[in-house]
Amino acid sequence: MSTVASQIEVPAGVTLPIYMDNHATSPLDPRVLEAMMPYFTNKFGNAASRNHSFGWEAEQAVEAAREQIARLIGASAKEIIFTSGATESDNLAIKGIAEMYRERGNHIITQVTEHKAVLDTCKRLEKYGYRVTYLPVKADGLIDLEDLKRAIDDKTILVTIMSANNEIGVLQPIREIGKICHEKGVLFHTDAVQSVGKVPINVIADNIDVLSLSGHKIYGPKGVGALYVRRRNPRVQIAAQIDGGGHERGMRSGTLNVPGIVGLGKACEIAFNEMDSEAAYLRGLRDRLKAKLESELDYIHVNGSWEHRLPGNLNVSFVYVEGESLLMGINDVAVSSGSACTSATLEPSYVLKALGLGDDVAHSSIRFGLGRFNTQAEVDYVAAKVIDIVKKLRELSPLYEMVKEGIDLTKIEWQAH
Amino acid sequence: MAYSDKVVDHYNNPRNVGTLDKSSAEVGTGLVGAPECGDVMRLQIRVNPETQVIEEAKFKTFGCGSAIASSSLATEWIKGRTVEDALEIKNTDIVKELSLPPVKIHCSVLAEDAIRAAIGDWKKKNGVAETATAEAKA
Repeated sequence: MSTVASQIEVPAGVTLPIYMDNHATSPLDPRVLEAMMPYFTNKFGNAASRNHSFGWEAEQAVEAAREQIARLIGASAKEIIFTSGATESDNLAIKGIAEMYRERGNHIITQVTEHKAVLDTCKRLEKYGYRVTYLPVKADGLIDLEDLKRAIDDKTILVTIMSANNEIGVLQPIREIGKICHEKGVLFHTDAVQSVGKVPINVIADNIDVLSLSGHKIYGPKGVGALYVRRRNPRVQIAAQIDGGGHERGMRSGTLNVPGIVGLGKACEIAFNEMDSEAAYLRGLRDRLKAKLESELDYIHVNGSWEHRLPGNLNVSFVYVEGESLLMGINDVAVSSGSACTSATLEPSYVLKALGLGDDVAHSSIRFGLGRFNTQAEVDYVAAKVIDIVKKLRELSPLYEMVKEGIDLTKIEWQAH
Repeated sequence: MAYSDKVVDHYNNPRNVGTLDKSSAEVGTGLVGAPECGDVMRLQIRVNPETQVIEEAKFKTFGCGSAIASSSLATEWIKGRTVEDALEIKNTDIVKELSLPPVKIHCSVLAEDAIRAAIGDWKKKNGVAETATAEAKA
């Protein structure tokens, strides 16, 4: 009797389950937690309290965090606005600019593989009379800069293009995009949630006017993020989307989440100091994982550009194996799939579809998101486990058998259901 | 997603995985679903020409755990039944047996389709009237 259940031995030093989904969220670095702790207890002041030491203490901590964040992205502290996370940052940036620059124009440019925080914000603006261009991506996931140049017209006020994609880890050419925007006098916002702290970003050199980032993707806490808003050349103005006490230079009211902000600052400081060595480490693990998978399995397809990619990202399709069934077999490893069966909408990943991949390849995709705390032993175990399960599921796959027999699957009349 | 124990059992130990010779007159093959929909089932039966009893059933499935379990269960259930008897199996029986959640009901529908397609193919090969199938479907 055939069996899919895996009997791969767990190496010494590896504890199950293994977390390899660091694009979804990352574990809190213990050094970050340590920095945050006092601000939950005795240093509980409101950073907006101007009349006593409790407030001053909190304000001081917030300003130190602003410096830490600014240093990581080459900004100045005054250009950092705290938010509840990257979704809020994206909303504030896009809606805030759309509202503030309405007199100048109503056209916004983005691209199809953006996060929903950007796409759905743009969709809402379309209801309010804004015009949005969704640039396509090439098969490698990158936009064509000529498309961007052509799309900019005299009504264009904003270009919003992500720095790194959350599914395929592909890095857009933001420096060139920013340069084009500045030549044409258009503002450039980038959702840099996945790239800040992972690859070098400098808002001056990269011609970025507004940038969204988040704490929990960089080993910081959830519920805190920031928006960089350029103050010079040009000075960017943003209409507040949350009204109230006028915090954050009037751009984002609400009592500051001091422990969260301290944590975000600390996470940025660690990333600033360790990014280069960590990137090399993750690239090593990621390449090892890919090499092991490719040495044992045929019909593997890497999704998106290999060259322009986050160091910790590996998005691959194990063709002729459905993603959810693979996840079921590797249930002691936390990863994601672009398969329809794993999504709430029962639609396969729109990011993978945008690359021009068939739905069948999207259904077979797995995203490995390697992070700071993954080890080589974990990578070796995960590779062995995935290889084992993929082989077993291919024994079960009529498609694999047909392809091996030389049948062209595209010539078969399938009954879509 | 949490899977029922029975789905997990069929996934871990699928019954009757394999391939029968589709050129044989005694064998009926059903291939249903589509790769772009994320599930394809191939169910094959070998029928005794004298008794019309399904003596052997094999499957291969590309799909999620519930699709694999539905087709594995289907082969178990049809083995030993006559073809007319096998047509009595309803997708709702599979849903019940495997405790499939609403989003996975299409897996059971596909398994029922696979049974019908395999039997239909066998009937066509052997010149058996399709009327009974049509009635059962109605």
